[in-house]
Amino acid sequence: MKKAISLGLAAVMAASLTACGGGSAETTAAGSEAASTAAEGSESESTEAAGESAAAEGGTIKLGVIGPLTGPAAAYGIAVQNGADLAVKEINAAGGANGVMFEVKAEDDENDSEKAINAYNTLKDWGMQMLVGTTTSKPCIAVAAETANDNMFQITPSGSAVECVANDNVFRVCFADPDQGTASAKYIGENKLATKVAIIYDSSTEYSSGIRESFVKEAPNYGIEVVADEAFTADTNTDFSVQLDKAKEAGAELVFLPIYYQEASVILKQAADKDFAPIFFGCDGMDGILTVENFDTSLAEGLMLLTPFSVTEESSKAFTEAYVAAYGIEPNQFAADSYDAVYAIAAAVEKAGITADMSVSDMCDAMKTAMTEISIDGLTGADMTWNAAGEPNKAPKAAKIVNGEYVME
Amino acid sequence: MKKKNSVLIQNSITYAIVIACWVLVQILTATGNMTSLMKGLLVPLCIYVILAVSLNLTVGILGELSLGHAGFMCVGAFSGAFFTNYMEAAIPGVGLRFFLALLLGAAVAGVFGILIGIPVLRLKGDYLAIVTLAFGEIIKNLINALYVGRDGSGLHFSLKDTLSLGMDDTGVVLIKGAQGITGTPKAATFTIGVLLVLLTLFIVLNLIHSRAGRAIMAIRDNRIAAESIGINITKYKLMAFSISAALAGVAGVLYAHNLSSLAATPKNFGYNMSIMILVFVVLGGLGNIRGSMIAAVVLTMLPELLRGLNDYRMLIYAVVLIVMMLFNSSPRAIELREVFMEKFRKKRKTTAKEAA
Repeated sequence: MKKAISLGLAAVMAASLTACGGGSAETTAAGSEAASTAAEGSESESTEAAGESAAAEGGTIKLGVIGPLTGPAAAYGIAVQNGADLAVKEINAAGGANGVMFEVKAEDDENDSEKAINAYNTLKDWGMQMLVGTTTSKPCIAVAAETANDNMFQITPSGSAVECVANDNVFRVCFADPDQGTASAKYIGENKLATKVAIIYDSSTEYSSGIRESFVKEAPNYGIEVVADEAFTADTNTDFSVQLDKAKEAGAELVFLPIYYQEASVILKQAADKDFAPIFFGCDGMDGILTVENFDTSLAEGLMLLTPFSVTEESSKAFTEAYVAAYGIEPNQFAADSYDAVYAIAAAVEKAGITADMSVSDMCDAMKTAMTEISIDGLTGADMTWNAAGEPNKAPKAAKIVNGEYVME
Repeated sequence: MKKKNSVLIQNSITYAIVIACWVLVQILTATGNMTSLMKGLLVPLCIYVILAVSLNLTVGILGELSLGHAGFMCVGAFSGAFFTNYMEAAIPGVGLRFFLALLLGAAVAGVFGILIGIPVLRLKGDYLAIVTLAFGEIIKNLINALYVGRDGSGLHFSLKDTLSLGMDDTGVVLIKGAQGITGTPKAATFTIGVLLVLLTLFIVLNLIHSRAGRAIMAIRDNRIAAESIGINITKYKLMAFSISAALAGVAGVLYAHNLSSLAATPKNFGYNMSIMILVFVVLGGLGNIRGSMIAAVVLTMLPELLRGLNDYRMLIYAVVLIVMMLFNSSPRAIELREVFMEKFRKKRKTTAKEAA
């Protein structure tokens, strides 16, 4: 009996082995083809250089996108995928960057480091030459180590942890977590919103604890007194009455919520039940609170958030229309971030004169310098520039919810 | 005498499968026939094989349902990665540090196995499963709240945040709460992984076929009878449980040295992972070591090989899993298979007769 089971399993395994064997044979064939075309490419390049005639046939650069396309964080990954897709379509329709066309393919990482590496390797087999991703911070750190190893250019739309861009081949579009905390303290202090501030944060995510840490550090410089500093974790994110009571007792005029919108919607509801009405102030994770199901959006009235993107803004109108037409939902800032990321790649490719037949490593080296030389007017900020460390330089923007819409301050 | 020989042959086949896989991979790599995806999957496959084999020791051989295996893996992963990063200045060689980290990870996980085992193994069946499940979650949450830093004056610990570590300017945060440990060198290779798989098999298979192993199985089959013939129940239970935990710790260290960012998320060290490992064991057959290995390999590769199907891959993975489980253990399926096998045998016999 046992023999039959093991026979069956062995057959399954053999089948799966042959399956992957076949796959590998195919890709190696493709790989050698690519290698030969690359070799030809370099030859023709040298002859071109000799003849000083730059033919505008740049070929197609393959961009990989990694993000959670399934699971609880899928909204972020899908937005990044759509944003990149839309940008690539627009760039290609406009004739590409110096004649270089782009092709994009997304892989799922389920918001898990290990799966992200698998996704990265799958994209490498596909022939990816640059990476737009990953969407979330933890997988991004793991994948960044791999791209540094392969010297592949990587730009993350929304990986906000400090370590994401530790390697010099990685750039990002969003602000780093500590910068958001600093910017929030600065915004609150300079606009004299409040002097007594309570913080409710999620200590189990680096996003939230990272922002909170820099906010606490920066607050005294702007005359802000942190009167209550309360944590919750992913396991206790349904009841916030203790945290809210403490904030209320301490006489907080403003409650700083460096958290994601799902929890924030619960906090707003419970605060309303307690007749506690301070100013609520969030960061970019708050973006999306108006789309929470069964949430009374009137509770969010007056909520302020630091966000780089709003669909009501004049500059993002064309993008929003095109996005809704293509994917049937309103874009969020993740979509805007990845849209900007692809445009930044296109600008840098143009600047450095990169062609699709260059090797991944040469491309990366050229991109590293080109990225620091470009300046683009994106959805998430006008006149965006990057420094060699990979951090973007753009003005932080704050939005306020008025009549159920995000309005830029 | 004959029995002993057949055990030897069975064990050799198990080792031979692992070595054959290693040789196959080496040939494929040398001839350039490996995709990047497969290369990336090699070390995780070793990790899951070790986990499945070690859990089979608890579930299949000892007969206790443990749902905290990912907790032991987590302990091993964090102690190993912490050691590697902490000793960076003292021991420059990555290989040596990794080797010591493996030993340390196994030791720490083993000690945790004993500590947890003493109270927990008094329980039976569902109660034991629930307590081990809780243990796994406790470990994960503790590590998520733990901050450890180092500066000139030594180590600093905190359960609040990095600011409360109170370090001077030279301070480096080694474990950063929910963000875990970043920057662990990627020291795990497939060869090391295979060596560890062989070591795991060697330990588990030898234990099963030793005096202690027979005592452990006697406890599984009839606790009262085993006690009545003078078997020290606590000792043998603890032995199996802590060896299983130590091997999970080894897998954890391997895991930590394969990714540069290590954080205890519900996905990698939560009960989902414990259940995943249990699925490997159940699918491969309780007490069947070779089956665990094959199930771990198949179930780890399946979702990756199905990537071409995009959104449907999770659905298909689930369906395949259910079908495989039914095929393996549903009484009806076993009946059908037996009928089929009987027919097959008859056919062969008749053809043999005809030929004669």
